[in-house]
Amino acid sequence: MSYNFAYLDEQTKRMIRRAILKGVAIPGYQVPFASREMPMPYGWGTGGVQVSAACLTPDDVFKVIDQGADDTTNAVSIRRFFEKTAGVAVTEKTTEATVIQTRHRIPETPLSADQILVYQVPIPEPLRFLEPRETETRKMHGLEEYGLMHVKLYEDIARHGEIATAYAYPVKVEDRYVMDPSPIPKFDNPKLESPALQLFGAGREQRIYALPPYTKVFSLDFEDYPFDPSKAAHPCALCGAEDSYLDEVIVDDAGGRMFVCSDTDYCASRRETGEAA
Amino acid sequence: MITVTDLRKSFTLHNQNSAVIPVLEGANFSVAAGECVALTGESGAGKSTVMRILYGNYLAQAGRVVVNGLDITTATPREILTLRREVLGYVSQFLRVVPRVPTLEVVAEPLLSLGVAEDAARERAAELLTRLRIPERLWQLSPTTFSGGEQQRVNIARGFAHRYPVLLLDEPTASLDAQNRETVLSLIEEAKAEGAAIVGIFHDLEARERVADRAIDVSVFTPRKIA
Amino acid sequence: MTPLLQVRNIEKRYGVRIGCADVSFDLYPGEVLGIVGESGSGKSTLLNCLAGHLSPDRGEVIFDTRVDGPRDVRQMPEAERRLLSRTDWAFVHQNPRDGLRMRVSAGGNVGERLMAVGARHYGDIRQTAGDWLTKVEIDTARMDDRPSAFSGGMQQRLQIARNLVTGPRLIFMDEPTGGLDVSVQARLLDLLRGLVRRMGLSAIIVTHDLAVVRLLADRLMVMKSGHVVETGLTDQVLDDPQHAYTQLLVSSVLQV
Repeated sequence: MSYNFAYLDEQTKRMIRRAILKGVAIPGYQVPFASREMPMPYGWGTGGVQVSAACLTPDDVFKVIDQGADDTTNAVSIRRFFEKTAGVAVTEKTTEATVIQTRHRIPETPLSADQILVYQVPIPEPLRFLEPRETETRKMHGLEEYGLMHVKLYEDIARHGEIATAYAYPVKVEDRYVMDPSPIPKFDNPKLESPALQLFGAGREQRIYALPPYTKVFSLDFEDYPFDPSKAAHPCALCGAEDSYLDEVIVDDAGGRMFVCSDTDYCASRRETGEAA
Repeated sequence: MITVTDLRKSFTLHNQNSAVIPVLEGANFSVAAGECVALTGESGAGKSTVMRILYGNYLAQAGRVVVNGLDITTATPREILTLRREVLGYVSQFLRVVPRVPTLEVVAEPLLSLGVAEDAARERAAELLTRLRIPERLWQLSPTTFSGGEQQRVNIARGFAHRYPVLLLDEPTASLDAQNRETVLSLIEEAKAEGAAIVGIFHDLEARERVADRAIDVSVFTPRKIA
Repeated sequence: MTPLLQVRNIEKRYGVRIGCADVSFDLYPGEVLGIVGESGSGKSTLLNCLAGHLSPDRGEVIFDTRVDGPRDVRQMPEAERRLLSRTDWAFVHQNPRDGLRMRVSAGGNVGERLMAVGARHYGDIRQTAGDWLTKVEIDTARMDDRPSAFSGGMQQRLQIARNLVTGPRLIFMDEPTGGLDVSVQARLLDLLRGLVRRMGLSAIIVTHDLAVVRLLADRLMVMKSGHVVETGLTDQVLDDPQHAYTQLLVSSVLQV
């Protein structure tokens, strides 16, 4: 017995595509969809997998990253999942991929107009932690009442002296909807304005939202505390890159540590082409 | 300034078999500007009731009570409040204030609610408190903790803070020593000289003799016993 | 003078039971109206209908808006009504937990309404929040503490600051001093009275505490079984009550 192309049945994919189209039509708006049970637990990217399944065609080249890495359990298993159920080609090269599913990063290599970036989203509602009622947050989105979002940033500054939100940094899309960009580091926020189509899938929360190519994305801030997409002030210990987001790696029991690119493909290709210092 | 015509007042006690207690019947009198009138009559004759009706505190069953051109019996609460703020002052026997408010503020409040600048209002309050011998160290304390005599003087200071054209005084000299009594009487005389129409209840006969131009015996208005 | 609020024939039913019915009154700028009655008399239902928390079955709530003059709040689009309740209106809940964000600092609680109307300068927001904390007698050193660390009286004062920071013109209060001990109540009353006078606020206060209305309210409305049984000047209603129920209510209070 074989699976239907990309695991999901055609009706389900059609339903998901309709949600995606609506999301594209209303950038930043969370579209409810009938999320299916997937053969993996919630929290492992079931939302992203369903969006990927609805986007993939037999000619696509598929890439999966988890916190920037192609070789973690989560990335490997999702990649294998679509290799098996859709028979699509897979790659670790950002430039070769047509559909990239990601957990918590945007690749360092700039994306192009013929690529789709699919995000795995744990909690799509940016207002959730301050307003637990879904009925109320939906109303707030509908009426564009976003004062509360700044309360969160205010609390950050009051407590830490700066906006300490380092990931899932809230953005306003096309001057209308406030959106959670999923837990990407705020360093990646400027990359949200992109030629590529970006789709966000939250499986457990049953929401899909989208950023069409070249959508205006503004990271919320205060006049006197402007948005700052900073990162650790080190070069990558492997490739020497100073413009990429770094992971801190503990290397021994004596507190020794090093900073390396979180985007493994970016780091590897810099080393291959001899760009490394 | 005050004209009372055919005033009738009774109390209906709904929770005591709807007993009706007539208190005043066919009361007619008037008080001119610059005149001080004393209400007299035995205890229970209705002196306080008349005062309260003049102030809008009690409702009248019939008749007209015109103060400075406004008929209190038909006026809206808003009109009465404006009248009380601008025209009609009342010194009752009891001081009723928000706890914790400093004495100086309590006395200045009638002026502040008229929109008088805070400095000017406090200055006037300080002047009156000084005249009434309230020691300055007490001014920042709430009068709720004061002795009866002190509270009475704070009440008088508050009642005279704004120069009301119509003033109702309920036993203004009760529980005061000779010096303070003298001060209060001169305050009344000054108000009269400035043209205020004053209605007072004075059990202190000497005081009544000194400031009142005439007396109105309210027992005349007491309804005859129902057969 | 145009009334700030004109209430016409408000009625709210819960099935066959009457919440409140035939309630009409005008409230003028700077006026404080007290609504008294026992539990279940419909006073809270009425307040919630006026403030837009409940939808009355019939009647009009006409508010004199800054831009367009008198308008029936019930006919406004929801966005406008909600904007009104964040700017020109304020609502002080009996339980401060209903009116505060317990997981947000005191400063953030006060600043929220400013940010909701577009304030985007952290320093300015903080300055204004600090000024308001001072006005309600909360030490600015406590600005970054959460309200859960505050006493009941402080929470209630914080709720008032949070509500008044946008300079509203009408404030609804539901038993604002309920559940506070007597000395704390007095402090709150003093504060409210001062703020109401200085800001020229109009207020509607629902309470069962006659001492509170005597000190705060210009006018009184007495409710029983959903209906208004008596209205008038506060001291007149309390000292010379006309309706049987009001007489009972007044005579039931312990004299101190």
